[in-house]
Amino acid sequence: MAAIFQGIGAAAALPSTEKFHSQSRRFVSGSLFVVRSDGRPSLGSSPRSRGAQHLITNAVAAKADASATSTASKPGHELLLFEALREGLEEEMDRDPRVCVMGEDVGHYGGSYKVTKGLATKYGDLRVLDTPIAENSFTGMGIGAAMTGLRPIIEGMNMGFLLLAFNQISNNCGMLHYTSGGQFKIPVVIRGPGGVGRQLGAEHSQRLESYFQSIPGIQMVACSTPYNAKGLMKAAIRSENPVILFEHVLLYNLKERIPDEEYVLSLEEAEMVRPGEHVTILTYSRMRYHVMQAAKTLVNKGYDPEVIDIRSLKPFDLYTIGNSVKKTHRVLIVEECMRTGGIGASLTAAITENFIDYLDAPIVCLSSQDVPTPYAGTLEEWTVVQPAQIVTAVEQLCQ
Amino acid sequence: MASSFLSSGIIQPLPLRSPDKPQPLFDHLKATSTFLGSTSKIRSVSLSKPNLPNPHRRSTVVAVSDVLKEKKTKSAASSSHLLITREEGLELYEDMVLGRAFEDMCAQMYYRGKMFGFVHLYNGQEAVSTGFIKLLKKEDCVVSTYRDHVHALSKGVPARAVMSELFGKATGCCRGQGGSMHMFSKEHNVLGGFAFIGEGIPVATGAAFTSKYKREVLKEDCDEVTLAFFGDGTCNNGQFFECLNMAALWKLPIVFVVENNLWAIGMSHLRATSDPEIWKKGPAFGMPGVHVDGMDVLKVREVAKEAIQRARRGEGPTLVECETYRFRGHSLADPDELRDPAEKAHYAARDPITALKKYIFDNKLASEAELKAIEKKIDEVVEESVEFADASPPPPRSQLLENVFADPKGFGIGPDGSYRCEDPKFTEGTAHV
Repeated sequence: MAAIFQGIGAAAALPSTEKFHSQSRRFVSGSLFVVRSDGRPSLGSSPRSRGAQHLITNAVAAKADASATSTASKPGHELLLFEALREGLEEEMDRDPRVCVMGEDVGHYGGSYKVTKGLATKYGDLRVLDTPIAENSFTGMGIGAAMTGLRPIIEGMNMGFLLLAFNQISNNCGMLHYTSGGQFKIPVVIRGPGGVGRQLGAEHSQRLESYFQSIPGIQMVACSTPYNAKGLMKAAIRSENPVILFEHVLLYNLKERIPDEEYVLSLEEAEMVRPGEHVTILTYSRMRYHVMQAAKTLVNKGYDPEVIDIRSLKPFDLYTIGNSVKKTHRVLIVEECMRTGGIGASLTAAITENFIDYLDAPIVCLSSQDVPTPYAGTLEEWTVVQPAQIVTAVEQLCQ
Repeated sequence: MASSFLSSGIIQPLPLRSPDKPQPLFDHLKATSTFLGSTSKIRSVSLSKPNLPNPHRRSTVVAVSDVLKEKKTKSAASSSHLLITREEGLELYEDMVLGRAFEDMCAQMYYRGKMFGFVHLYNGQEAVSTGFIKLLKKEDCVVSTYRDHVHALSKGVPARAVMSELFGKATGCCRGQGGSMHMFSKEHNVLGGFAFIGEGIPVATGAAFTSKYKREVLKEDCDEVTLAFFGDGTCNNGQFFECLNMAALWKLPIVFVVENNLWAIGMSHLRATSDPEIWKKGPAFGMPGVHVDGMDVLKVREVAKEAIQRARRGEGPTLVECETYRFRGHSLADPDELRDPAEKAHYAARDPITALKKYIFDNKLASEAELKAIEKKIDEVVEESVEFADASPPPPRSQLLENVFADPKGFGIGPDGSYRCEDPKFTEGTAHV
């Protein structure tokens, strides 16, 4: 792995890609660097003081900033999230000929969300393999290929379809490295879109992160911006561990300006979206945007929420989370997972176990209702956490 | 020898090799290697009229055992046409005796409390493992099920490593972490050992995919073949059918070997399967299906040679159904009261080791003394493996967390900011993860 990029310490957080990028041009020494999302205290600047500076200017996600400060000669290039995923994928396929993709309609069709568009023409039918509709078997095939030297990326057309591959993911993907006494490694990436979309119905709106989280031996990450999508895709492909990369159906068309230089993010780290003082809001994937929308309202009401996109669903980045809890003493978790046995439930347990002494109030967890996602738009809206609920929860928490 | 499938004049939907016979319907040489997909025409057009008088046969792939029986009686008359050389005969004999002696020792050790859990023994089926695996190179892969001790031994995993693994010791082939049902060896390309039936077939398909990938994408000189062993019960499982489809579709270098021992624990194959002739399911997916007498190592070897060569040449997969029998129960916990004693006696009379011994003597390939010497040697190997396993240490606490992740950073970042795997308690195995 490349050396940790120390220079980023000058601004602890990455509130927007603009900020990051202007610093990066000063500090980039090689063509590749690993970005840590949060500077450590040892780098000499205290998060507390910086938090105050960023209070007003970064109340919203990167997008707004980009439009506000656009100039003609901006570094980096703009693209949509699915293009960022493709870019990451293509770079890794160029870099290592053993990287291949398999899944339904990934080849000639270009992927049902266009993540693999054009790749089959470039790399051929064997490297971008159109599989028959047999999730369990082609996932197992990917695992067998990984054991014998390849680095496959297995796409589930919808995360929900991977329920059919649960046997292979749990028994083989997660366990074989251990069961074989460390002899065979399984460097697969299992990825696909999940989450509640726009009236897609119950089966196509599933959140599998809660089902997979107990499987030992796998890592789970969720991307939420084009920047972290590309970085996490590359990190997942390079990782020797099996990684499940959760994308979200509604986030594929997010636009952002990302660096031209190559970068890889850390799979185990959380992302500081907006530093704050009053409350720690932990979220991931699409809910990040609901949270940031609620944050706008909260800022106007005089609150100062700290928003962290946990990104790594398994394992949790307890360092970033812990530092935040120690600062704000109040935690709100906002997730799209089901209430029962979801990521939020695990996160609540982990925080309580490790940081109970720092909490001034019980942890509040806002999750989706334990309801199969209905088709009707109004009902669907009520199953998922909305910004208004987040605002209310923060207000109650901060009383 | 290899033309045994064709010499009897039976036409098959896909020829097993492309000799001086009329061209197959799909000319591999003309097709670009990039196209992956089926180009076979609709079956009714491509199938020639079968020469068999039986109008009810839906498929024209014949039971090879019949053909070979014919051939062997012919060869008895002209004794110069032997199926194996002396060296091969001794090699096969030694391998089968090793399998048998090892499994018998496992039973003893289990009842003495040296190994635990589910242990599935292979007694009676040695001809399949020896017949197939002794034809492989070291780079070829073998994937098995929970009845995997003998597959590992045939492939070359030392008996002491397997016995140690069964005893749960740190010197086992999987450091004691796998157990009876998970024999893995990277050195010998044994890809498991799977507890759930059918689970290994996609993994085998993946290994075959890698072989094809290495040849066609990485342009390496690779003709590695994968063998997937599984039982009759597995042939009713979805993963079996899904993989037959993919393997035939992409012409993967794999041989699907069905060890049909007629019983899935207590479920008779006939009670579980609508069409019990498993070899017929091959042509349904576009690959040859072959049935062979799995109690005869020489017949198995003949079929295996053809199937493996087919795969090496890039002509795709073969489904081989070996009719065999397990002399013991499903596992050491199975009282085996359900099976008819007459059936057991019938197959006991067809013990593959006895049959090979007879062949060796009849054809004067070796003497009684030489075979006895082999048996003695094997007894010593097995005894030594038990001593080694007994003397080996159990895994220390520090091993607990070591192999969960290939990259232990996967355990994440702890509250103190350092990776959990950097915590000294981690190497001790007492860390809380």
